[in-house]
Amino acid sequence: MALLRVEKMSHEFGGLRAVNNYDLEIEKGQIRGLIGPNGAGKTTIFNLITGIYKPTEGDIILEGKKITGLQPYQIAAWGLGRTFQNMQLWRHMTVLEHVKMARYSTISYGLVGAFFGTAKRYRQEAEIEEIAYKLLKMVGVGHLADQNVTNLSYGDQRRVELARALALEPKILFLDEPTAGMNPEELIQMMAIVRKVHKELDLAIFLIEHRLKVVMELCQIIQTLNFGHVIAEGTPEEIQNNPKVIDAYLGKETLA
Amino acid sequence: MSEKDGKLTKKRKFFKGRIFDSMSGVPLLGWLFGILIAVLLEHFAGDLLVDVLGLPKIPVLFGCVIMLKKPLMIPGAIGYVLLIYILPISIVARLSSEPANRAAAKLLDYPMFVSVLIHIALLYASLYIWSEISAYRVLTLKLTLIAIILTLSLNVINGYMGEFSCSHPGFMALGAYGASVFTVLFFANDKIFGHPLLPPGLGPFMFPVALVVGGIVAALGALVIAIPSFRTRGDYLAIISLAFLFIVKSMIENLEVVGGPRGLSSQPDYAGLPTVFMWTVACIWITNNFVRSTFGKALNAVRDDEMAADAMSVNTRQTKMVAFLFAAFWAGVAGGLFAHVLRYVNPGTFGLQKLAEVLAMVYFGGLNSVYGSIVGAVSLSLLGEALRPLEIFKWIIIPLLLILVMIYRPTGLIAFKEFNVEKLIKPKQRPGKEV
Repeated sequence: MALLRVEKMSHEFGGLRAVNNYDLEIEKGQIRGLIGPNGAGKTTIFNLITGIYKPTEGDIILEGKKITGLQPYQIAAWGLGRTFQNMQLWRHMTVLEHVKMARYSTISYGLVGAFFGTAKRYRQEAEIEEIAYKLLKMVGVGHLADQNVTNLSYGDQRRVELARALALEPKILFLDEPTAGMNPEELIQMMAIVRKVHKELDLAIFLIEHRLKVVMELCQIIQTLNFGHVIAEGTPEEIQNNPKVIDAYLGKETLA
Repeated sequence: MSEKDGKLTKKRKFFKGRIFDSMSGVPLLGWLFGILIAVLLEHFAGDLLVDVLGLPKIPVLFGCVIMLKKPLMIPGAIGYVLLIYILPISIVARLSSEPANRAAAKLLDYPMFVSVLIHIALLYASLYIWSEISAYRVLTLKLTLIAIILTLSLNVINGYMGEFSCSHPGFMALGAYGASVFTVLFFANDKIFGHPLLPPGLGPFMFPVALVVGGIVAALGALVIAIPSFRTRGDYLAIISLAFLFIVKSMIENLEVVGGPRGLSSQPDYAGLPTVFMWTVACIWITNNFVRSTFGKALNAVRDDEMAADAMSVNTRQTKMVAFLFAAFWAGVAGGLFAHVLRYVNPGTFGLQKLAEVLAMVYFGGLNSVYGSIVGAVSLSLLGEALRPLEIFKWIIIPLLLILVMIYRPTGLIAFKEFNVEKLIKPKQRPGKEV
């Protein structure tokens, strides 16, 4: 059984059909890519699956349970972690607080603990702090834990965002352009980190990417999207040689 | 820069640096001890010094009122402040810094609350002795402490959560009337409510219950705002809460049972200095606990990026609701205390003027900061009292000050700083001195 299955999902913004009859199946441990020109609807698909938008039609099924129409925080707690295209970090919080925040749904000390500082609270806070440190070390920013997130370099901020998503203990990790705006060196490091977390945490990863190099190297299966339709799906080699994909990216050859 | 200038600034730097250095080694315990000595000095030698300096009586608020009323007395008042407060505090703090550091280090061996309680007791003793000089000081002190509760609770909404709420005086009114009706009905002889229903001797013990009732009434009022306005983000809360403020005010004005616009009096005298002080400490403690927990940090996450908070499993709506009701509860408690300190409330108190005052305290002191709220509430309360002789000009100076703060520190004096009790009470090392 597939870990995540999306069936005939469609979404309309007013009259515009941004996503049309979209199907997806992600298996455990798989790395999947989603590519397509600007405005193809890639981020919309992420937002639909993670619950930020509600699909007009279709179903989203995670481990056999229907999650369509649930609130984003519920879906996140179910095991869908994500990063954002433009890194939506909280600018007044430290790196450690970012990662701890993603453990929100696991906290059980309640308001009594929050108001009166019970022993249970300090124990649980210490526990999630430990998890947070471990994840920060894994992505290589452990030494920056006490820094405010705005003091970090761009590449490190990306890593913090990744660690934050990992703190959800996701079953599937959604990465929305993880290497956007990075220089070649940062890009190679980021790819190494993605490979590392994939291996160590046995995660399924679904990623949107503009740089074909990244997608071709990381992903096992790639979907190509254009105007809300999937125009091709297959292994990196198949996609690279697919005439429809070449057309979508480079435009049709009109001169014979 | 010429050589002479360079030497001069160097000398000044050296001098300033030395004072700063020698003072930065003083732990909080030392400062509190210095303050205690100063207020004791005033208690025993204040009258004598007043005679020597030719002042009419002990200056109630650090000589500000006397200075503004009678400019001829300025040297005397400055001399008094210098001799009673500034010099004793700094000298005692400096001299006692070594034993105080040792004591603070020793206290770390015990659980933290022991040390905290000792600090609080020292602070309370100083405030008590200071306020004993006149009834005016007691009243100012109580109102300042209430202002701290109010400011801190509003900071939870406007600072930590980043929404803009205008209904705090409304919550305060609900709390004031809720608590007053409770105490007057059960424990006081009143012409509207008749004889007390319970023996009045029970009253002082039930006062916390009265305040909690006031707080809950305020929180229920907050629920009315929260349900419609937290569906969306933006300016809705500001508008709805402002409307709520006016609704509460006119509702109380038209409610004859509680005295209508004439107000409600004959509250029993339950709110002594220790009670108000204890509630203020409780408010600071609980609020600080709350905002430092992951639940409290979720407020910051919602403020800085709600979509990201949602995607990281934070139940944003519940988070906002809890914080809003929490803040309203404390505003209600502040209102209950306020009503019992003045032993009279009328709806006119809880209008736009009050709103402007609280907002000014929050934004002056600093957003997202417990320190900031305390500093804002204390400084603006005291400033308001100190500048009272200027009458109408007071309302030019205070707003001007606010504008200056907004220009140079847009988020307030001490914004985004964590109130870390452990750090506050631990012994301090002098810079450059190895141990």
